[in-house]
Order: sequence, then structure tokens, then C-alpha cells
Amino acid sequence: MISVQGLGVTFGHGSSGFQAVADLSFEVERGESFGLVGESGSGKTTVLRAIAGLIPGVSGRLTVAGETLGPKRSKRFRHLVQMVFQDPFGSLHPRHTVDQILSEPARIHRMNDIKNRVLRALEEVGLDSSFRFRYPHQVSGGQRQRIAVARALIIEPEIVLLDEPTSALDVSVQAEVLNLLNHMKRERGLTYMLVSHDLAVVSHMCDRLVVMQHGRLVETLAIEQLRNFTPAHPYTSQLLRASEGYDRAAVETLEDDL
Amino acid sequence: MNETPILSIEDLHVTFPTPKGDVRAVRGVSFDLGREKLGIVGESGSGKSQTGRAILGLIAGRGIVHAKRMEFDGIDLRNASAQTLRAIRGNRISMIMQDPKYSLNPVITVGRQIEEAYLVHTRAAKAEARERAMEMLKAVRIRNPERVYDAYPHEVSGGMGQRIMIAMMMIPEPDIIIADEPTSALDVTVQMQVLAILDDMVTQRGMALIFISHDLNLVASFCDRVLIMYAGQVMEVREARDLHNAEHPYTRGLLECLPRIDAHGESLAVLQRDPAWADLQ
Amino acid sequence: MNERSAAVSMHGVGLRDWLLSNAPHSGFQARCQRFYLAWLIFRRNPIAMIGLVITLGLVLVAIFAPWITSTNGLQPELMNRLQPGSSEHWFGTDELGRDIFDRIVWGSRITLYIVGLVGMIVVPIGLVVGTVAGYMGGYVDNVLMRITDIFLAFPRLILALALMAALGPSLENAVLAIAVTTWSPYARIARAEALTIRNSEFIMAAQMQGASTAGILYRHVMPLCISSVIVRLTLDMAGIILTAAGLGFLGLGAQPPTPEWGAMISTGRQFLLDQWWVPTVPGIAIFVVSLGFNLLGDGLRDVLDPKSGE
Repeated sequence: MISVQGLGVTFGHGSSGFQAVADLSFEVERGESFGLVGESGSGKTTVLRAIAGLIPGVSGRLTVAGETLGPKRSKRFRHLVQMVFQDPFGSLHPRHTVDQILSEPARIHRMNDIKNRVLRALEEVGLDSSFRFRYPHQVSGGQRQRIAVARALIIEPEIVLLDEPTSALDVSVQAEVLNLLNHMKRERGLTYMLVSHDLAVVSHMCDRLVVMQHGRLVETLAIEQLRNFTPAHPYTSQLLRASEGYDRAAVETLEDDL
Repeated sequence: MNETPILSIEDLHVTFPTPKGDVRAVRGVSFDLGREKLGIVGESGSGKSQTGRAILGLIAGRGIVHAKRMEFDGIDLRNASAQTLRAIRGNRISMIMQDPKYSLNPVITVGRQIEEAYLVHTRAAKAEARERAMEMLKAVRIRNPERVYDAYPHEVSGGMGQRIMIAMMMIPEPDIIIADEPTSALDVTVQMQVLAILDDMVTQRGMALIFISHDLNLVASFCDRVLIMYAGQVMEVREARDLHNAEHPYTRGLLECLPRIDAHGESLAVLQRDPAWADLQ
Repeated sequence: MNERSAAVSMHGVGLRDWLLSNAPHSGFQARCQRFYLAWLIFRRNPIAMIGLVITLGLVLVAIFAPWITSTNGLQPELMNRLQPGSSEHWFGTDELGRDIFDRIVWGSRITLYIVGLVGMIVVPIGLVVGTVAGYMGGYVDNVLMRITDIFLAFPRLILALALMAALGPSLENAVLAIAVTTWSPYARIARAEALTIRNSEFIMAAQMQGASTAGILYRHVMPLCISSVIVRLTLDMAGIILTAAGLGFLGLGAQPPTPEWGAMISTGRQFLLDQWWVPTVPGIAIFVVSLGFNLLGDGLRDVLDPKSGE
């Protein structure tokens, strides 16, 4: 479904250019939930944005649903692929009502019966019609993220890119949103690409994953390798160890940061 | 705890008057703190940060602080004069916050800021201050203290920034450190390293630490005791190693809705909020 | 019964509930609520309210001019010239015997005309130029900003004078000249806002949906830039009035016998010592109105400033 070959992303030009991602290759099957894991600066969010066509400086070969991606994304791509962002407050326009936020994609893709689609979209993410004309600042963080999910799904895409969708949420709210995401995936047979720094979230949500560091691929794993704590690469082991909670002795084995 | 606690809080209330009515951020929190690592865990709006700030008298603007007892080493913090509070703040009780980007002055080099922190609380020559600053940088395990000394805050990484904050807070050798989400903005491996430094500070220098966080697992593995807060109240207090036997339904709910690396079900358990938890206990 | 008639038919407590309800039933209700809440914040500021009252006063005086004046202020009555204030002529008469009060009232229409027309020209131009430059960046940004800089570099009155010399003196040309010299800062303000907004995630979301650049600018960027621009306009109004008065004073704006306030000062200044009311009253009118707009602008800034939170 998604094929990434030799992906490179450079910010800036010439000598002041910074290579955020270098020589990255992986494949995502249809209907799969694929994770991208790494620490800050690993380039995982950059990869997602490169696929989404939101940033310049992209090299390499990207193929999505049989279409090789050029410098601009086609209408077909924009219908097929949607994204949920990390910051629930920042990803909704502060001056638009929920109705406007949800109607816009439907309008752009010339769908009919927009009003009912909006109501149905709200219902599917567990919000009732009273939310329809509220502004983002009038709803909670978890509710905003649900609206973001509704917005991504209203035009019925097949692929959803998820950029740390629950990092900014409380733990109890995170559980609800993750459950919602899994439910929607099953209902609609979606393909997910999930970026997260939280190994537990990835372990819960994904079937396969790649681990990235400093813009490069460290390793590709099946989810069982993560769940059983049997990765091949020592960096992944280090991440797993650190995710387990604080252990004074284990800290000694971690590489010192400069 | 067999010795007298260094900090005693009883029935702490923090209220903010707003045009829409009073917001009661902290409602009747009580705890004692010894020479230990105490974790305060809660979600957003639980009042955990306000509790930490109330101890230091750092409640913003119109907030009103009320308590039956707020005693630090024999000093009554409720009625302490501004002068006394200033002498305590930073000197005997220090605070580390989440993002070093916002706590460090961006236009002054790191070394000079640490020196300043020293000179605020001690009369000393500049040379002595510089020496102490270097010592502290080494104590937080920074490998090239000379290079970091002359660097500006934006030139160092997040993890290093937090270590520098810890170094600054350590200089006056405080009795208590209040850390408000000190590692939340850091990568997981860096988090561990920073926590190790705090850990060593507590064990080697006999300090007390209040560790405020939303991360239940982290607090359970790092601290000695844990306070769980919800809607401004303490729901439960437990020994950290005993946390998984928690009894209060809120704590159990929180533990159960956490995703785990090794477990995988179809869906995560969802916290069912009982409105009774918000009632005044 | 549609939403609007429902709102109109409510009164008293019902309307207030409708404005404060937590679950609005329509986009119209949601927008009304936002304005109402902004109004409540604005209302708390006594200085801003004074500004609002003055501005509203100006508008009402202009609307009801035919009813509150006894003459049209244009007919000379040489028997009555240079009379001081009396019960018949509240502000006295000028050098041609015309009632000054009436002239001030009719002149308010001209003031509003100038201010309104200038506003209607500079706000859209500044907004479009600024948001396009800020959002698109690169070459487009450079070209647009250099053009803006060129206009910004000229001292306002000098450029206005030069334009008037080229176009000939008239009220419409004065408005055009003022607009040309005023629009640049609005473009800069809009551009500054657009720069901060363009990397927001909601913009990325709109791009993900396939929104066109024009669509993004119109629906996402401009609504967030417009408050700063409007605030700037109200604070600028005093300057616009004064520039118009300056042009009028130099005989380059409204031509006699039009009762434009600046022109009134100009023709009246020779009488300053003995019949002080002739130039002073229009001067006070300019002062009061400028002050009113300034205070209003201050109040609006407090309301629309994102830092004060919603």
C-alpha cells in the first residue's frame, strides 16, 4: 500500500542544510498498522510529513496505493490519505466551529449531504450533536482529538497517518482515543502509520514497526519482537529498557548524551 | 517514617476566584515528607502542580492558600514573612520545572547563571563562585564542564538543560527539592539519566524530593511513596513498590488503562469516572 | 421558524440564555455568542466605553444631521458674521455668517466619509498583500514587501501632497491620497501574523485536505489576521482624520464651501485672537473624535488580543 525507498529529507540549502532523514526504506501493507518509533530528532514525524507532502526537500521514491508521488500531491491522494496531528488544540482552527471544521474537507471533495455526514461523523467518534457549533476552546483535549479523528475520517480515506495522536492527552483519555482509533480501523479496514515515542502505545496499536535514530533506520521489527523484548538491535533494547520504568542500575548501561 | 518529617502539610486548600465562580484547585491535601522521594501523581486538573507551588508560596495572582498546618523544619510557612519565604525559596526549598528553555535566561551563559544562583545566597568572591559552579556541573555528570560553562542555553540539549537546572538548584544544598514534571519534555533515555542524578542527590546528600508527574509508571519505579491526586484531593497514598496493589478505584482505573509493552488486548480498559470521587472526602 | 426569527422573537432572559448556552444550535448562534462574550469583556473597560460612546455619538450626529441642524451650513449671511455663541447660534457664526454648530454637524458626515472610505480601501489591500506575502514566503514575499517598503518610506503628508498636486484638490482625491500613504503598515501587520500562523497544524490539516492556497488564505489565515488589522485601523483613525484635516487646512481636501473641519480651521485661523471660536470649535471636534477612536482602538485591542485569552 505504501512503499518508501531511499527516502531523504533535507531542511535548508547547501552548507547550512540539515539532513533530517537519510536513506530510509520500508513497506506498509494494506490494512496494516505500522509504527515509527524513535526519540526526538529521529526524524519520525518528518517521514510522515514527507509522505503527506507537507514539506519540501524530499528525495527518494514514494509510492502510495500504486501511485508514485511527485512534488505535488494529487486530488486522489488527498482523498485517500488523511492525517491526525499531535496537538489537539493546534490542529483545529480556533475561529472555526466544529461544524465548519468537519464540513470543510467534505466540501473540498464535493460530497453531498454534508450536514448529515457531519452528524454521522460526530456520532462515530462518540460526540453528540450538541458539539456541532462549539468552538475548539469550548471542548476538552480528548474531545478535540476526537474531532480531529472525525475530520480525518469524514471523507472516507483508506490510509490515516497518525502523528503522536495521544501524546498530549491524559492517560485515561488516551485509552479512549486509542480504542476509538482501533475501532475505526477495524470498521473501515484502514491502513495506519503511527508515529510515537511511547513504546507501549506502539505495542498496543501496531503490527510492525521501524525504529529510527538520527534520521536513519535502525531496524524493522514485527510487533512480537517488541512485546517479547527480543529486538535485534542494541539501540532498541536500550529504548525498551528505558521504557520499563526507572532502574538505577540500568541507567549505567545507557549511552551518555553529549 | 521514624524521624520527624521535614515538611508537614495538613488540609491544604488553594482556591482561585474567577468571574464564573471559585475554582478550587486543591481541596484538603495532607501529607508528611521525610528524607525520601515522594511522588505526587495526577492527571491535568488534579491540583498536583498547585500543591507544589503552594508550598513555596508561588501561587499566581489571585489564588488563595489556606491550610491547617504548613510546617517546614519548625517554620510555619503560612504566616511566614516575605523575607523568611525569600530566604527559604531557592535556598532550603528549591523547585525544578518542566522545560529548561523557559527557566534559563537565554541571553546569559550557563556558567554565569549558576554563579549568580550561588551568589544570591552566599557572599563569596567570583572565583569561588566559579569553582562551585564547575563542581556542580561535574556533579550532574556533564562531561565537558568547561565547554558547557561558556555555552548559552539554546546551544545545549534538553537533557543537558535540565541537568544545568539541577546544578543550579543544588548549589545552596537545599533540604527539599520540588520537581514539577522535570523529565516530561525529555526523551526516555535522557529521562533515565536525569532521574539517576536526582536519585543520587537524594541518597548521597540526604535531601527530600517531591516528584510531581502525570506518569504513574515512572513515579512508581522512581519514588519511595506515591500520592495519587484527583480533582484537588488525595485519593490514595501508597508505598511505591506496593502501588500495583492499590485499592482506590481511581488508582486501579488509571493502572488498568495504561497500555503495556508486553500485554496486548483488543482494547484498553477505560476509566469510568465515579462522580463520587470529586466529592469532598 | 428559522434561527434568526427565533433570536429576534426572544427578549429579556430568553435572549441572554440563548447567548450564553453551552450548546449552540447553529453557526449564527455560535458567532453571536462569540461577539456577546467579546462585548462583555469590552464593557468592563470604562475607557474603551468612553471611546465607543464618542464614536457612536459621531455616527448618530452624522445620521441625524438633517434633524438637529437648522441650516445646511453653506449659506452665507453676511449680516451675522463672527457672532459669538448664543442661544440662536450655539457655537457662534463664522466669517461668512454661517452657523458653526450646523457646519460641525454636517462636517461630521465628511469626517466619517473620509475615515470609512480610507478604511474600506486599506484594510482589504493590506490584508491581501500581507497574508499572501507571509503565507507564501520566498520570491512572492520579497516582491510584495519591497513594494510595501517603497510606500512606507514616504512621509505620509508629503506623499499625499504630491498626489494631490498631480490629481487636483478634491475630497475624493484626498481620500485616495491618504489611502495610498496609509496601507503599508497594515500589510506588515498582516504578514507578521501570517508568518506565525503558517506553520500551524490546522494549516497543515487544511493542506492535507487539498484546500487551495486561496481557500486557505481566505478561510484560515485572514480570519486570524483581521483583528490586529482592525485594531490598527482604529488606532490609526486619529492620524487619518488629522491628515485629512491637514490637507483641508492646506486647501487640498474638500473645497469651500464644504464644511470639512480642517478647512474650517484653515479659513478661520486669521480670526483666532478676537473670534477664537471660529477655528477652535472645529479643532476641538477633531480632537474629541480622534480621542474617541483612539480609546476605542485601545479597548478593542484588549478584547482581541489573544494573550487575554477567550
